[in-house]
Amino acid sequence: MMRPRSLAFDLALGIMVLAALTIIPIVFPSKALVDFVIRGAALALFATSLNLLIGYGGMVSFGHGMFFGLGTYSFGLLMQRTGMPIPAAFAITLIVSALVALSVGLVCIHVKEIYFAFITLAFQMLLYSLIILWVPLTGGDQGLTGGIPRPPFLGINLANQGHLYLASCTLLVSGLMLMRHIVESPFGYTLRVVRDNATRAGFLGVKVLRVRLLAFVLAGVFAAAGGVIMSLFVSGAYPEFAYWTVSGEGIFIIMLGGLNTFLGPTVGTVILLLLNDVVTRFTEYYGLALGTVILLFALGLRRGLLDLLIELWRRLTAPSGKTRSRVRPARR
Amino acid sequence: MDLAALANCLASPSCVVTQTVGGLIIGMLLFLVTAGLTLIFGVLKVINFAHGSFYMLGAYFALTIFKLSGSYLLTVIGAALATGAVGFIFERLFISRVYGRNVLMQLLVCYGFILIFDDVVKIIWGPEFKSMGMPAMFQVPPLFIAGGVVPPFYLFLLGITLMIGFALWLVIEKTRIGKTVRAAAYNPGMVSALGVNTDILYGVVFALGGLLAGFAGALAAPVRSLTPGMGFSVLIESFIVTAIGGIGSIAGAFAAAVAIGLIRSFGSVGFPLFAEGLMYLFMVIILVTKPTGLFGKEIA
Repeated sequence: MMRPRSLAFDLALGIMVLAALTIIPIVFPSKALVDFVIRGAALALFATSLNLLIGYGGMVSFGHGMFFGLGTYSFGLLMQRTGMPIPAAFAITLIVSALVALSVGLVCIHVKEIYFAFITLAFQMLLYSLIILWVPLTGGDQGLTGGIPRPPFLGINLANQGHLYLASCTLLVSGLMLMRHIVESPFGYTLRVVRDNATRAGFLGVKVLRVRLLAFVLAGVFAAAGGVIMSLFVSGAYPEFAYWTVSGEGIFIIMLGGLNTFLGPTVGTVILLLLNDVVTRFTEYYGLALGTVILLFALGLRRGLLDLLIELWRRLTAPSGKTRSRVRPARR
Repeated sequence: MDLAALANCLASPSCVVTQTVGGLIIGMLLFLVTAGLTLIFGVLKVINFAHGSFYMLGAYFALTIFKLSGSYLLTVIGAALATGAVGFIFERLFISRVYGRNVLMQLLVCYGFILIFDDVVKIIWGPEFKSMGMPAMFQVPPLFIAGGVVPPFYLFLLGITLMIGFALWLVIEKTRIGKTVRAAAYNPGMVSALGVNTDILYGVVFALGGLLAGFAGALAAPVRSLTPGMGFSVLIESFIVTAIGGIGSIAGAFAAAVAIGLIRSFGSVGFPLFAEGLMYLFMVIILVTKPTGLFGKEIA
């Protein structure tokens, strides 16, 4: 059986998925579907980047939304104020996010578990408060209004919904492939070791803090990329994008899809967006319906959907008659 | 930013009194909510993310009981007990299933209930803003202390929260029940082996936590407007207080709640747009210098 680990496999899969995503709107021309995928691309990039920290690094951040918000504002401001080409603004946004993640990370990586959650939350809300405060730059609680200019570059016009769709899909797939490459690299495995036993990793010569910091910066950069897609989609940036509920939603998505599987957060994003669309169509009691689904997941399935499916698949395909445990041991 | 306004306020005794009392009110209500949160965490090792919903339930219970009975005393007691009862059922039926599980699973269950409680309130009481109005016994002219206006209800609120805080400390530190609770926080297996029904004990501690939040909700009902989702902002603020005070410490919760109340109150004079930001800045500074909070101990 082909091990789904090699770079060639990932590349082939990525190109196939991208081709499929390109064909979909041609076969089913629907504006709602296109919007769905663009929103999904932004959220899936964000949630997967958060899972680099939570699932692979064991660092439960309640403030990861700050980089999503930073991405929307940084990109939006660069486009509105300077009129530079989109790729340049994109690159600068990623650099800005990396620098902010580096400085915030330097403080946060020293604390663990619930304290890490608290301190990242505090930094996120500090950024949110600054956005509200700095009215001349950010527009305060109104956000960046008036639309974000989207000048064409290299024949790509992101003001066109079709072009934006393709660009978002490309960003999503290449972002996912890059993150996949990261978690399967030696660094990715070091990160898992640090998650499982930081003390032992330290004895083995791993620079624990450096590994945590690098993961924090990488996750921040990918979250910002998700923010850029969102900012292009809504043609603006709003304080809600930097509010702590964004981080909560990210965690929620990860739990729905599964945190032990690389594509779990992507599946979770699709589940959440579908739930949103379906539930709001059928009932005004959105919270009651969504809350019940959440309880079914948390108390019934006890794991994300993709984690559950993979566990079932392993059980079905594992050779029978062996007594060894076929399920990966649960971890805290 | 309006530093001149802040300087003016600090120079005038009347402004200082008004802002201090206002800040203490915010702080005391936050203290009650946070004390429940931190008590539950200390014993059950579960962070009750749905704690803000109990505050909301307390306020709505108060609304109904006050309408039916007209007695504010009965309202406060009834609302607190009813919220405590909801807490007990909530713990026995749902939270007890996620002990020792991934903290994110616990968060997910609580998040589900935040959504459900908000919608249940919407169904029963309606989605619009409600206000309970000031009880007749407090509809008297305000007091003037050093020229600052102080409504009598504020004094009542301060007094009663201080009393509850003191009673809580007495129960936990000086009574047999308190001793059992502290023992269960330290070593539940041993407490259980000594013949204490820890299942019921956990339910009771959770109920007590819920009761405190419900109490705060009932006390806030005359001075705040009621809306589904009102628990959300209280939840985040009580997290801030917990983080600053140190998780599991009731004394820390008290100190941090008062500090946050005063920061908000004076901050809104000097930095109208950044009053909340000051709160987070304070939190960052405390956590950077002492990650476990002012009174917190490292959890093993």
